[in-house]
Amino acid sequence: MDIILEGIGQAFILLVTFDPEVIGITWFSLKVSGTATLISLVIGMSAGTAVALAQFPGRRFVVSLINTGMALPPVVVGLFVTIFLWRNGPLGFLEILYTPAAMILAQAIIATPIVMGISLASMQQLPRKLRLQILALGATRLQMVWILIREARLPLLAAVMAGFGGVISEVGASIMVGGNIKGYTRVLTTATVMETSRGNFDIAIALSIILLLFAYAINLVLTYVQQRERPR
Amino acid sequence: MTKILEAKNLHVIRGGSLLVDVPAMTIFEGETLSLIGPNGAGKTTLLQALSYLTKPSAGQVLFRGQAVGEEQRVLEYRRKLAMVFQEPLLFDTTVFGNVASGLKIRGIGGAEARRIAESQLERFGIAHLRDRSAKTLSGGEAQRASLARAFAVSPEILFLDEPFAALDPPTRESIVSDLEKVLAETKTTTIMATHDRNEALRLSDRIAVMEGGRIAQIDRPAVILNRPVDEFVASFVGTETVLYGRIRENRRGTLAAVVNGTEIEAVGDALPGEEVVLCIRPENVTLAMGRGEAATSARNTFTGRIERIVPMGPYQRVHLDCGFPLVAYVTSQSLEGMGLIEDLQVAASVKATAIHVIRQGRRPAGTH
Repeated sequence: MDIILEGIGQAFILLVTFDPEVIGITWFSLKVSGTATLISLVIGMSAGTAVALAQFPGRRFVVSLINTGMALPPVVVGLFVTIFLWRNGPLGFLEILYTPAAMILAQAIIATPIVMGISLASMQQLPRKLRLQILALGATRLQMVWILIREARLPLLAAVMAGFGGVISEVGASIMVGGNIKGYTRVLTTATVMETSRGNFDIAIALSIILLLFAYAINLVLTYVQQRERPR
Repeated sequence: MTKILEAKNLHVIRGGSLLVDVPAMTIFEGETLSLIGPNGAGKTTLLQALSYLTKPSAGQVLFRGQAVGEEQRVLEYRRKLAMVFQEPLLFDTTVFGNVASGLKIRGIGGAEARRIAESQLERFGIAHLRDRSAKTLSGGEAQRASLARAFAVSPEILFLDEPFAALDPPTRESIVSDLEKVLAETKTTTIMATHDRNEALRLSDRIAVMEGGRIAQIDRPAVILNRPVDEFVASFVGTETVLYGRIRENRRGTLAAVVNGTEIEAVGDALPGEEVVLCIRPENVTLAMGRGEAATSARNTFTGRIERIVPMGPYQRVHLDCGFPLVAYVTSQSLEGMGLIEDLQVAASVKATAIHVIRQGRRPAGTH
């Protein structure tokens, strides 16, 4: 019990004194996961919207694939990204294994199906007749898609948050393709793993508190979105 | 009368079933036409095909003589219409933003959009809700906003798809009466789908009764009510008594028809020996105590036994057995005054002119 209390105390000191290492790791984590989320947003949201609005044979199958992708285990992604980026691998010539670029790639692969799946669901939960109403108001196809995105803006925000939450908290892929190199590819989760194995519980707890704060902020937004009402 | 919209050989087929089959239909400028019929009759699908929200599987829609999708671009056509659905389908913005949305889509903004939207808010009595979020509105307020949004684009044709079906009676009444006023003022051509015949009778210049994707009859309300073309139309517009019989003789337009061995006099041009359907509206049946010899000028008097009395609010529906079933409406007051109860023998009379005769296998001209 002492270890925990002592750890929490020291973690608190590290946080309020803005310990440069902790701040550095946090900032880098935000950069990597933020960039990955942004990439996943562009791909996931447009693909999700397209699947939601289009009618084509095999649509159900595609939707089931996307939903499966939402549960993609980060270690599996880490494994395949590593294989592809390995010196002899198909993308080995890029020479980005154990760099932030590899981490962004892996995290974008994890976040994209999450963003896609939630975008798809949030577009589909709009009343079907809304599309007819928009067309009846004289909208072009492009105007219609834009209005629908605006109508689903809060659930789409949920997609962003869920994507970001998924990648900021994953450790498997980051450690495999980033390598947890100090000051270069070390992020909150990989640092927590390392410090814990070393017995440095104070730093591990400080990092965990930051992660928990992110999780809390994300869920606050998600809860707000879920509790909201739609206009009639 | 100027034709504003025409349908030619309009077919809508979905999933292998024929949902709409309208060989010909004309809508005149300024009129209000109601499509009535039971659920699944194809009212909504026909509305969507006419507004080109659903592409017809075959046939043409002509707007002012120009075929939509050919001489008339679909988008341009849609920008001349407005549609209000059963659900208000408002956007997640303010009431004002909703009412101005059709204008915004057309690239009209700024002061002009504000002026138009505000006058529509005023017209539908929701000016005080201007800056409220649409999601905080009650059902009636939301439907008013939806109507204001439709009228803001000054549509040449207004399509209404069961616009009042989800509202409670007082709200419905107040919105219907406001819409009635606005339509009289703007003379906007309106096509409305509804399953409420009273609403249709109240608002329409013409009514089209639909069944199984087809238009069974389209005509002025009085004609639909009093001269339905077939048993379906008759029963849908509230003719409670529909009898099958055979003409015994035709004396210069006065028919003697035999129904279950009872002779009924009616007026029409059916020939002796012909099979006919006789339609009697319940409000045209008068009841008197005892047997025969009623003191009215009616030509038909039947003696019958009261089988069942069903309360219907201000009046009561009395089911009689006169050797054939006959339904009469009696006010609750006279029901009590006459002491009508089940199993009682009464005399029912109907004027011959109040009996509508449908000749079997022949539909009167002018059904389009």
